[in-house]
This record gives sequence, structure tokens and C-alpha cells, in this order.
Amino acid sequence: MVAALDGDASAYRELLRALAPHLRAYFARRLGTAEAEDLVQETLIAIHTRRSSYDRTLPFTAWLHAVARYKLIDHLRRAKLRRTLPLEEAASVVADEAEESVSAKRDVERLLATLPEAKRKLVRQVKIEGLSVAEAAAQGGLSPSAVKVGVHRALKSLSAMIGRNP
Amino acid sequence: MKTDALIDRLSEKAAPVPRGAAWRRLALGTGAGALVSCAIMLAWLGIRPDLGEALATGAYWMKFFYTLLLAFAALWLVERLSRPGARSRVQMLLEALPVAAIVVAAAFELMHAAAPARHRLMMGASSDVCPYRIVALSLPVLAGVLWSLAKLAPTRLVLAGVAAGLAAGAVGAFIYAFHCDESALPFVAIWYTFGIAVAGAIGGFAGRWLLRW
Repeated sequence: MVAALDGDASAYRELLRALAPHLRAYFARRLGTAEAEDLVQETLIAIHTRRSSYDRTLPFTAWLHAVARYKLIDHLRRAKLRRTLPLEEAASVVADEAEESVSAKRDVERLLATLPEAKRKLVRQVKIEGLSVAEAAAQGGLSPSAVKVGVHRALKSLSAMIGRNP
Repeated sequence: MKTDALIDRLSEKAAPVPRGAAWRRLALGTGAGALVSCAIMLAWLGIRPDLGEALATGAYWMKFFYTLLLAFAALWLVERLSRPGARSRVQMLLEALPVAAIVVAAAFELMHAAAPARHRLMMGASSDVCPYRIVALSLPVLAGVLWSLAKLAPTRLVLAGVAAGLAAGAVGAFIYAFHCDESALPFVAIWYTFGIAVAGAIGGFAGRWLLRW
């Protein structure tokens, strides 16, 4: 490290190469291999950018260990913050819900398309647009009971189709 | 990126780090902050008009050395805390020592004073403004010390922040002593120390957020 501080690039490269496996083992023991590699790189960068904080009269391993430990604690602290404040996850959950409602709508449209024109219109008015039976009857020029029966039959045939084709 | 590629890239940028780089940076941050504080002090409060006569008394030098010792001990503590894995217990003791000494001396002076004079020895004429002026004058120094620390590697952020605050407070008090005309030991022991401690607390809060790396 002292040679590296004096500007010896090859000694520095050798030092970092030798440190990487140690750091990998250190973090893997505490976090698991997947996260460990990120922290190895982060710690190597810290060793580089903070190298002026190394006191040449003190043991290098004590400095290195303290840097790695700080990076580990910092990582755990940030991981904890993420768990209590799952902003990134929240966005994807919202996206999932929106996608679900869009695909549900598509399914309903596909089913409705299989009905005859008159019945499709009744189901759409009463069940989706929310008109009352009397309103739908007035619009279609039918009796209220005819509307009721039509809607009922249409739903029955739709549910039969869903049952056949889950 | 692959770790090996990262290592190659880092080692290409292995510019030599001169010995004493950390100290130089701390001196730069503290010095720049102190200059700003001096300028604020001159524009805001001004130097006491009787400074020439005051230099002949022990009271002035007592304040001078008390704050200076605290400042140097705190800066040494900051330097230790900016290095991962370095011990700092001796420096903490060194920081506490001047405080203990002045408290004992102040108690001694109070005991030997006549009872009616004691209140005046402790409160002086400016106890209501002294701590907050010291804190105000310490803020530019605190900014400078924290700037230095942010490029080093403190691993105990709150503690390093407190040390930076104490150093800044002591420098602020040192500068304020050029204006302040109080000369009683108990006054200095209480109000200077209080102002410096408040600066230390501010440093602790700031360090927790500003010193992460």
C-alpha cells in the first residue's frame, strides 16, 4: 500500500487483485455471494478514493478491515431503509394492478363479442354502464321484464362459456 | 462491470498521495473557515478597544490558551477519527483535560471569592450573548472541517461530527476572545465551554448526514 501511495501503479494493481478475494470471502460470509460482489467493488472504489486516510505508520489490515466493515454496515443500513420504505416495489405493484384491470377488460370484451347484438347491448347497458332495467327498457323500446329476461339469459350463456373454457 | 476491469481502471489512476495529505486537508478546511469567521467577527463585533492593555493581564491569556488547547486537541481527535481503524482514546482524554483543569480552577476562584461577588464572577455582563456568538463564529469553521472530513474516511460519523463541532467551537471561541472583555475564570469555564459544547452537538447532527461515504 505504501508503494501504491507513492504512485507505483503495478504494485497498486497487485494489491487490489490480492485484496479482492479476501473482500469477497468477507462479504459472502455475511451477506451471500449475490450481494457480495457489489460490495467488493464498492469497497475497492472506497479504498481508492479514500486512500489518503491511510496512516502509513499504522497496520494496513486494521485500516482495510475498518473500511470493509464500514461498507458492510452502510449496506445493511440502506437495505433496512429499503425494507421499511419499499418505493421501488410500490411502483411495480401499482403497475401490476393496472395491467390486471386492463387485461380483465379485454377478456370481458371478448366474451361479449360472442353474444348476439341485441343481448350484448342489454348486458353492456345494465351490467357495465350501470343503467337501471327501466332505463334500458325505455331506450331499447322493450318491456322491463323482457330486459330482465334477456340479461339473465345472456349472463347464463356467458357463464356457461367461461365454465367450458376456463 | 467485472471486478478485474474495475481494478485495472483504478490502478491506472494511482496518483501518488503525499505524506501528510490528510493533515494538510484538515488545515486547509479549518484555516479557510477561521478566516471567514475572523472577517465576520471584525464586521459584526469588532476587536475590544482595550486589547493592548488586556494583553498584559493573565485573564486574556487564560482564554487564549484554554480555547487554543481545546482546538488543537479536538483537531487531533478529528484527524484520528477520519482514519478507519485508528485509535482515538488518548485524543479524547486530551480534549477533556483543559475542561477539567478550568473547572477546577474556576471552582477554586469561586471558593475564595466573597459570597456577593460570586454571581458576578459566573454571569459577567455578557453571559446572555456569549454562547450564541461563539456558536455563530464557529459555523464557518465547522463547514470547513466537515469539508475536509468528507474527503477522508470517518467510520463513526456522529463521533467524528462532534469532534469537528468541538474543534470549530474552540476556534470560534478563540476568535471571539478578541472581542470579549470578560476576565473571570468561572465565566469562561461556564459560558465558553457551553458555546463550544453546543457547536459540538451541531457537529454531531451534521456529521450523521453529511459525512456518509
